[in-house]
Amino acid sequence: MSILEVKDVSKSFIDYSSEWKRILSWFGLSFEPKEEHKILNHINFSIKRGEAIGIVGQNGAGKSTLLKIVTQTLKPSKGSVNINGRVSAILELGMGFHPDLTGRQNVYHSSGLMGFTHSQIDAVIDEIEEFAEIGDYFDQPVRTYSSGMGMRVAFGVATAYRPDILIIDEALSVGDAYFQHKSFDRIRKFQEDGTSLLLVSHDRNAIQSICDRAILLEGGSVIKDGEPEEVMDFYNALIAQKENSKVEQKILDDGKVETISGTGEVTIKNIRLLNSKNKIVEYISVGEEVSLEILVKVNKNIDELVLGYMIKDRLGQAIFGTNTHHLKEEIKNIKSETNIEYKFTFNANVGVGSYSMAVAVHSGESHIIDNYEWRDNALIFNVANQDKDEFVGTSWIAPTLEYKII
Amino acid sequence: MRYTLQSIWAYRYFIISSIKTEFKTKFARSKFGGLWMIFHPLAQVLIYALVLSAVLKAKLSGIDSQYAYAIYLMAGMVGWNLFIDISSRSLGVFIENGNLIQKMSFPKLTLPLIVIGSSLTNFFLLFLAMVVVFGFLGHYISFAILWIPILVLITITLATGVGLTLGILNVFIRDIGQIMTIIFQFWFWLTPIVYSKSMLPKEYQDLLYLNPMSGVVEGYHSILVYNKVPNLELLIYPSILAIFTFILALFLYQKSNREMADLL
Repeated sequence: MSILEVKDVSKSFIDYSSEWKRILSWFGLSFEPKEEHKILNHINFSIKRGEAIGIVGQNGAGKSTLLKIVTQTLKPSKGSVNINGRVSAILELGMGFHPDLTGRQNVYHSSGLMGFTHSQIDAVIDEIEEFAEIGDYFDQPVRTYSSGMGMRVAFGVATAYRPDILIIDEALSVGDAYFQHKSFDRIRKFQEDGTSLLLVSHDRNAIQSICDRAILLEGGSVIKDGEPEEVMDFYNALIAQKENSKVEQKILDDGKVETISGTGEVTIKNIRLLNSKNKIVEYISVGEEVSLEILVKVNKNIDELVLGYMIKDRLGQAIFGTNTHHLKEEIKNIKSETNIEYKFTFNANVGVGSYSMAVAVHSGESHIIDNYEWRDNALIFNVANQDKDEFVGTSWIAPTLEYKII
Repeated sequence: MRYTLQSIWAYRYFIISSIKTEFKTKFARSKFGGLWMIFHPLAQVLIYALVLSAVLKAKLSGIDSQYAYAIYLMAGMVGWNLFIDISSRSLGVFIENGNLIQKMSFPKLTLPLIVIGSSLTNFFLLFLAMVVVFGFLGHYISFAILWIPILVLITITLATGVGLTLGILNVFIRDIGQIMTIIFQFWFWLTPIVYSKSMLPKEYQDLLYLNPMSGVVEGYHSILVYNKVPNLELLIYPSILAIFTFILALFLYQKSNREMADLL
């Protein structure tokens, strides 16, 4: 059974030439609205128990409006939102906090705003204090807190009781690393116990490591709903998208999705992974010397060409990436119809597993300025351990060992 | 409607805690804290008494205390203060809490209830202070005080009705808040608080009752100054208007609920 169902939700803000017309319209009179700003168009999705969904999209895509509709602070213009359970939303940490009250008093006060009773908070106040780890500050006025301390208390309150749906709007991107880990741990624990998550974030790692599914919003519509990695690749391509550029996704034999985007001044013709005997390989062993050979074709006269590649693990997390700008080997002023063959040689000091390669041609330091072509999942290779000692992890960092028995 | 009431009931702890918080924070960083809430209106009474008593004292009939005018002022002021406190704060309550309304899902009607609760507490404290001051001035209140709750009820209903109706419209048309602060000032002088009806020329005396607060304030005068039962006839019109504006406010709330958060 789905715990949250968003059915054909549309939202538009209506402008009248005079606000009096709006007010008179409540009394049954009808007027032509002057302007209608469509924010969301026919959004459909549902979340199952324990499922984690990430919502991504550029600024102004409608993410915040969607979250406000799901938390029911805004009403949809059309469609409906059905919720079976208790929702806890962290749209902004520290809402309802009063600077002159102490942390403890604020816990009671702001939890009232979430619909909790005094006695319900009595039962968990010690736990919240312990979770916040701010010591004696807990009984000091909140105005004396650092912003991090305020967040700790606020997060503690928001998650004092496990909700059925937890909605988080980028709130966790701030705060120190230790507390971020702690909050993520709590979120994961909730998820194991059956809480569904709705997370808005620009942080690729957060989405890919927590979410089972991602939804990409663009211009108020869902343009992609699927595997986080596939959606994030598409999103990444979208950010770099300029006029007259295309985004294309195709499903590879192994079920992964290759995303190709770019403006097309330069195209990637061929990508090969070769071993030291110049043979194409798909399986390599840990630490083996391999070469990445990339053939590009320049279709128009361009000022500068930079080629970059990135090795990503099974979850899409970056393992290693560099480009010819960082290697100080940009090629300048290239004429149309030139072919260039690049060859990167390196030792595959990575752990056992399946890896993918993303390749991009662009100008400048990153693909944000001119993105000629970007390919995610352009090449897949597998690493097996043939001649090294047993180890775990994504990197091969060979140690030497000495020990003394004293 | 029933659903609205249920959700407000579920938020009773929030309402109580907010009222407490308001008082706590008033005490938090000032030495006299909440006492200022009593000092302010008493100082106002003192100013009017000093400035106007010479002009107006002689004409107050019906009480024979030398402090008659001060007593009269205080009685009217305590009632007016309750009215103006609730209505002027209701006027801005949604706008001031705009961010909260957008970010948290909670019944918005709790906000005016918090206003009513804290104004009522204010009123209660001011009332007690007034009774004490009356004692010092040699004026004692009688059993007529039992009528106070009825007057308070009418005052609250009228103040909430007016304040909330305009407070909702204020979200959409922000000029209303500005206009009302001016109107409230006129309203004060159009209510027999610093003067009495009998001081007006005969032909204007009846016009005074177009103002619903005239009857109400005279009710406070009857009870607190003259130790008499208020003239109930004078309360009919304010009561009807109070109920009407109150229902209008709830109607507007229901209708505007969909769009309010869009414009905050």
